[in-house]
Parts: sequence; C-alpha cells; structure tokens
Amino acid sequence: MRVIRRIAKRLVRLALVLLCVALVSFGLMMVSPIDPVDAYLGPQMAQVSPEQRALIAQRWGFDEPAVVQFGHWLRQLVSGDLGWSHVYNQPVSEVIAQRFQRSVMLLGSAWLLSALLGFSLGVVAGAKEGTKLDKAISTYAFITASTPAFWLAILAVLLFSVTLGWTPTCCAGPVGVLNQDVTLVTRLHHLLLPVATLALLGIANITLHTRARMLELMRSDIATHAFAQGASRIDVAWRHGLRHASLPAITLAFASLGELFGGSILIEHVFAYPGLGQATVAAGLRSDVPLLLGIALFTALFVSLGNMLADTLYGVIDPRIKVEGT
Amino acid sequence: MRQPQPRLRAAISLVVTGLLVIGLIASQWLLGDTPQQMQFEARLAPPSVDHWLGTDALGRELWARTLAGLALSFWVGSLAAILSTLIALSLAALATLSSRLDALVSLLIDTLLSVPHLILLMLIAFALGGGTQAVIIAVAVTHWPSLARVLRAELWQLRQAPYVRMSRAFGKSRWFVLHGHLLPHLLPHCLVGALLLFPHAILHEAALTFLGFGLSPSQPAIGVLLADAMRYLSGGYWWLGVFPGLALLLMVLGFERLSRQLRRAL
Repeated sequence: MRVIRRIAKRLVRLALVLLCVALVSFGLMMVSPIDPVDAYLGPQMAQVSPEQRALIAQRWGFDEPAVVQFGHWLRQLVSGDLGWSHVYNQPVSEVIAQRFQRSVMLLGSAWLLSALLGFSLGVVAGAKEGTKLDKAISTYAFITASTPAFWLAILAVLLFSVTLGWTPTCCAGPVGVLNQDVTLVTRLHHLLLPVATLALLGIANITLHTRARMLELMRSDIATHAFAQGASRIDVAWRHGLRHASLPAITLAFASLGELFGGSILIEHVFAYPGLGQATVAAGLRSDVPLLLGIALFTALFVSLGNMLADTLYGVIDPRIKVEGT
Repeated sequence: MRQPQPRLRAAISLVVTGLLVIGLIASQWLLGDTPQQMQFEARLAPPSVDHWLGTDALGRELWARTLAGLALSFWVGSLAAILSTLIALSLAALATLSSRLDALVSLLIDTLLSVPHLILLMLIAFALGGGTQAVIIAVAVTHWPSLARVLRAELWQLRQAPYVRMSRAFGKSRWFVLHGHLLPHLLPHCLVGALLLFPHAILHEAALTFLGFGLSPSQPAIGVLLADAMRYLSGGYWWLGVFPGLALLLMVLGFERLSRQLRRAL
C-alpha cells in the first residue's frame, strides 16, 4: 500500500509539473512579439493579401484570445494531438518521434559512456588521492566542466574531420544517399564524433562528485579500520568505496539528462545531425510554436521520468532508504 | 612546504581577477571601433605579427573582436548573475513566509528544473523577441533555482535559531526579522552564489547566441564569432574557431577558480 501511495503521489506531482510547463511555455509563446501569421508564411510573407492573412489566422485560430487558444491546445493535448508543425509540414508527434529515434542513439551512447567513464575516473582519482594520476584527472574534469560544448564540437570537427579526415563533417549519413540505404557502419561512423564530444563533456560532473565521495570514504572510520586490518588501498576502494560512491553517481547520471539534452542541441547543430536537437533550433528560429511547445513538454517528461527513475533505483540499490522514505 | 592560507589565496585570486576585469573594460575604451574595422587587403589572414590572431572574412582583427566579445560576455554574465541572485533571494524569502507560498515556490523550482536549460532559454528568448535584454532576462530567470534551494534551506534553519525566536517573541515584525537578522547572514551566501552562477551564465549566453537566439549578429559576441567560424571550418581557417572559444574557456576557468577559493575562504 505504501509503495502504491508513494508512486501515486509522484505521478500526481509529475502531472502537476507538466501542467505548469505547458502553462508557462504557452504563456511565453503568447507574449512573443513575433506575428504567428508571418511565422507561418515565412519568406512568402510578401505574396499574401490581407484577406488571405485573415483566412490563415482563422484556420489556425490565431485570431482568438490566448485563453481560448490555450483551452483548444490543452483539449487536443489530452486526446494525444500535439498539433501541426509548419516547418516540417507534419504532425508534431510524428516529427518528435522520428527525430527522437535518431537522437536516442546519440543521447544513449553518450550518456552510458560518460556515466561509466566518469564513474571509473572518479573512483581511481579518489582512491589515489594526491598522486599525479589524481591531479591529472581532477584538472581534466575542472577544465571540461568549464568548456563550452559547441566549442569542443568545433575543435573536434577541425581536428578529426578537416585536418585528419578521419570522420565526416556532417549529417547522419553521406549526402545524396537515401536514409534507408545507409549501412550500419556508415551510420556509426557519422555518430562517432558527436557521441565522443557529448560524452567527453558529461564526464566531468560525475567524476568530480564520485571523487569527493571516494575521498569521504577513504578518510572515514571504516577505511581506517580496514587499513588497520591490513587491507590495501585498492581493497578498500573496491570493497567499500565503490558501493559508497555508486549511489550518488547513479542519481547524478539520471539528474543530468536535461543537461545532456541541452548539450545534444548544440552538438547536433554543429554536426548538422538531423535529430531532435536540430529540430528544436529550427522550430525556434522559424517560430514553429506547436513544435516548440511539443518539444518543451516532451523533454520535460523525459527529464522528470529520469529523476523519478533515479529515486526508484536508489531504493532498489540501497534497501535502507525504503524504510526511511515512507 | 607550507600551504598558503585559503583566505590569502582567495584574496590574491580576487585581486588578479579584478585587475584582469579592469584591464578588459579599459581595453574596450582604448579599442574604440577596431573590432568592426575592415581591412580589405587582409581578409581571412592567418595569425602573424601584423594580425595577432588572424582576421575574419571581412578582414576584421580577430584579437580585437575576441576582446570585445569577452567584455560583452562579462557584462551580460554579471548582470544576469546579479539579477538571478536577487530572484533567488526574494523567492527564498517569500517561501519562508508561509507554507502555501513555500509549496508554490517549490513547484516553480520543479517546473524550471524539469525543462532542459537550453530549451527554456530558447523559449524565453523567443518570447522576448531576442536581443541583449532578452538574453540577460532569460539567463537570469533560468539560473536561480539551485541558489534558491540553498538559501531556502538556510533560512528555514535560521528561523529556528534562538536569537531569531527571541526577536519574534519580543514582538518584532516578520519584516524586521527578515531584514535585520536574516539578510545579513545570507549575504555571503548570495555573493558566492552569484559568483558560482556567473560562469554558467556566460556559457549559456554564448550557447544561446551561437544558436542564433541571443545577441544580434552585428555585435562581436563570442557566440557570434564562433557561429561565423562554423561557415569557414572546412576551408581550414582554424583560427576563427579556436581563439574566441579558448578565450571564453580561460575566462570561465578563471571565475570558476575564484569562486571555488572564495567558498573555501568564507
């Protein structure tokens, strides 16, 4: 019963947060000085008569008050219809589904890579506190934590694609080849650099936190006791440190999903990778309001689910928390 | 070997960073319109003795543009950080007034934290129609939640302190307590918080500008310089992409270091 009640409470909270996101983002779209009819027309703005403009406004409901528009949009949203994207001329839900499928490879592999590498580097640095290795890892983490994501991507393109010619400079497949004809190897070849850059940036945070946790343990009574019994530093790090540091690392990995997605927008922009991030930029620059709203809601759901999962996993890994958390 | 004291280190960092910032601002005054001056005979010139960091496609000096970009980043970043700290402080104070307000503020925090920063920034910049003001407001509005959480926790704890309860028991008003007892205690937190926000603010401003939602392309912002560089990447004009980003990284690292040392010293 307690578990069910807790999950129900979480779900209600999630729904409330999503409603707030919808309200805030819709409000922001409404106060924008950009004229929705102009945005809809794009470069064809000059070819349209006032009567045609009025027709467009009527068809898409731009002429109604904001509250009525919000009501319409919300009612559609509840029935699963996110609206129509005029940039891609497709339903918003289809755009998001297609784009996310491409992004998920990039996001997923970068996420796994950064979590695993970040955790191991943090453990090593923490276990060997004060050595050259520790200093090298910490310095690396501090520097990458301050590096602009898009600049790192630019450097990667300059070095690996332009100078060395190892990887392609853009897109998810060679230019002029149909999407379904691209082989898996080519696909992975195109993914290599974006994944590496995105992962490299995500590592820093997890490394620094894991290192701090490891230091905490290595200076604790548990470690002192183990050392007194003749355990080596590696023993203590492996038996006690790993467990102590893994929990915050997992939480952090799930909590960093939003940051990861933000990074992927920049990386996809630099590599012209046709994923959800690129669609976000296109939607923003060309004022595709329904698509922007859809993406905002979708990412909010994605990030909130990540956080919820982190909390649940916490309980599975550390049974003590279940008792306390009720 | 004796480690220098954290306070001494922080003081040295503070002085060095302050001097660099003053130098940066002074350089803007000395530069005049060099960042926009075109040299028709030196377009896309590589770095050399005459053109220290090379020139861009219009023959404008990259070093001058980078310096101007850093100064812009500094102004935008500091204004946004100060504004963000003020928002965090006032909302944290509001949250301690009643439990209903507290629930409202924490719902607001959850909402803001659930949307990726960059998307929220884009939405706000879109709502305000872009430009310098929009960027400052957008960055300020998105960066306060983490600091607000810290301040709120601190405030809740302080309210239980004997001297605060005594003051209340003597019939002082809530406002007096907030203003006379709590705020002075929170000021160092706010200072460190603002300094911690600052590098994030700079990075997000640059990212937003780079994507085309921020400062206008006619301004020599770091994001604009790097977006320009993107067009010349495959031509091998590496200096356009390398130097502005490196300068931004160094500035962020410098402030990150300063805030770390200040936190240790306080």
